Amino acid sequence: MTMPTTSPSQTASPPPQPIRPAPARRPRDVGLSRLDMRYSPYLYIAPFFVVFGIFGAYPLLYTAWVALHDWEVGTDNPTFVGLDNFTKILSDSNFWNAVLNTVGIFLISTIPQLLLALVLANALNKRMRGRTLLRMGVLIPNITSVAAVAIVFSQLYSRDFGMINWILHFFGLGPYEWQAYKWSSWIAISTMVDWRWVGYNALIYLAAMQSIPRDIYESAALDGASSSKQFWRITVPLLRPTIIFTVIISTIGGLQLYAEPLLFNGGASALLGGTLRQSQTVTMYLMEQFFSRSEYGDMATVAWLLFLLILIFSAVNFAITSRLESTGKRGGSK
Amino acid sequence: VTTVTRTLPRQSSRPPMNKRRRDLFAASPLTFVLIIATVALSIFPLYYMVVVATRSNDAIGTLPPPFTPGGNIADNIGRLLSNENAAFVTGMINSAVISLSLTVSVVFFSTLAGFAFAKLRFAGRNKLMLSILLTMMVPAQLGVVPLYMMMAKLEWANHLQSVIVPFLVNGFGVFMMRQYVSQSVPDELIEAARVDGCSTLRIYWNIVLPALRPAIAVLALFTFMAQWNEFFWASLAMGDPSNPTVQISLQHLSTGYYNDYAQVFAGTVLSILPLLAVFILFGRQIIGGIMEGALKA
Repeated sequence: MTMPTTSPSQTASPPPQPIRPAPARRPRDVGLSRLDMRYSPYLYIAPFFVVFGIFGAYPLLYTAWVALHDWEVGTDNPTFVGLDNFTKILSDSNFWNAVLNTVGIFLISTIPQLLLALVLANALNKRMRGRTLLRMGVLIPNITSVAAVAIVFSQLYSRDFGMINWILHFFGLGPYEWQAYKWSSWIAISTMVDWRWVGYNALIYLAAMQSIPRDIYESAALDGASSSKQFWRITVPLLRPTIIFTVIISTIGGLQLYAEPLLFNGGASALLGGTLRQSQTVTMYLMEQFFSRSEYGDMATVAWLLFLLILIFSAVNFAITSRLESTGKRGGSK
Repeated sequence: VTTVTRTLPRQSSRPPMNKRRRDLFAASPLTFVLIIATVALSIFPLYYMVVVATRSNDAIGTLPPPFTPGGNIADNIGRLLSNENAAFVTGMINSAVISLSLTVSVVFFSTLAGFAFAKLRFAGRNKLMLSILLTMMVPAQLGVVPLYMMMAKLEWANHLQSVIVPFLVNGFGVFMMRQYVSQSVPDELIEAARVDGCSTLRIYWNIVLPALRPAIAVLALFTFMAQWNEFFWASLAMGDPSNPTVQISLQHLSTGYYNDYAQVFAGTVLSILPLLAVFILFGRQIIGGIMEGALKA
């Protein structure tokens, strides 16, 4: 597979030196060596398949079985109920509230996050001193743990002594009780998510930007294209595969949001996303079935519905990004 | 090996063309302002973490909020360490054991499997590789219920096995190592070693592993950080407050002691120290890993 690409450079360099003089081989060695070549690969890949088979594939399939049962945590006698769990969950307004929160937070966090990342990457792509240090600076939020981030942000957003309300009061705004309402908790949680992920996505975009040949920009500049025009007409369309990649990754991650809203709310109603479920996400709803209701069956059902939600959104987002990008490409100067 | 180091000489070795060319890619003042502002916003919450962790609770509950560190850190850490409900020290030790053992195991099994997929010929190779890629696309939440039931049945729940054994190796690591092996180890070298009578295990140990050193560093760093930060599965499997991971300990702290911010923040500061240390020492490799990974995706 790699032969065609590697062989030209290899023929130019001297053939690899034997590590030690070749020993005279006895027939037994040859037989052993053949056995080694034929069967050892399976031995080397076996750990993955054993671990995944037991702790990945089996649970995945078994989830379907559990979802069809009324199965209480700690008991060993599930009752088969068919699709009852699905009709029950799908008619639970709390489930749909969780879907709304998840999608809402996903949208108001992901769109600014990826746009900011694009702009930041474009800036980082310029020639400047101290690039590694600056890149480290924008990546540092991403290496911080979710729990620590959520704790700091819930303090920054606290009503009475939080930094954010204090800053807003200079503009005659607030004080807001950020946890108390849907819109405000959505915004607060989104800023947490974005703080953590803008820099990471920017580095991904930056990597792709560096592989765009610079002549394209030069000829565009000679044709009189402004730098913002170059950005939207050249950079963004050429980043198409990378943008699709980040959109899909953000979709998968964003729809599974759990730790941020959980720790942001804190206290007794943490798992509910606040007393009125202002910011309960689907994953929190899933865990509620376990911690508050002790229902394996309902938990598995929600897991399936979440998976479905992720599939639908990935497909929709893939379609949207592909279309946006190809219209951009049509208008772009090549 | 990182993109950072690779692109730098390439650009500077180019002869300067005309003035226009230089202007196009030079950072404008606006660019600088944007980047500096982003870096400041990125660092501020971490700085503020330190401010709160070193203050008394009285100082935190004032307006304007404190902007500079104080001298209360020892007191706050003392309260944290003697807080039996959070079991913070246990959490730190548990997370260190989990992260380090998984780093070793993920690197070992991934390089071994990556080597087999990249350089050894066997029936079903491509189909098996494809199935590994497919496993990477399924969200963790989907299998979580039976996995927990399994842990409960094995009586592993709330023991370290429950967060270690299921994650000894993963599709991402195998895929990443397969990519690196096929790029950085020439087929001819393997061929020569084999003619020489080397067993595949010897080839792996003496040729493949040394050539993979940079990639191993990246995978090890990613694995360590991801495991240190893991929250979702641990909140189920290690939910017992007396034997938590560090993240779960933080959760117990923040839900139970929200009026003792200073203590909670002392915990968050201590919990990110290992990450910061890793980042300061290996930031270049981590950035290189993210950027190279992006190009391969």
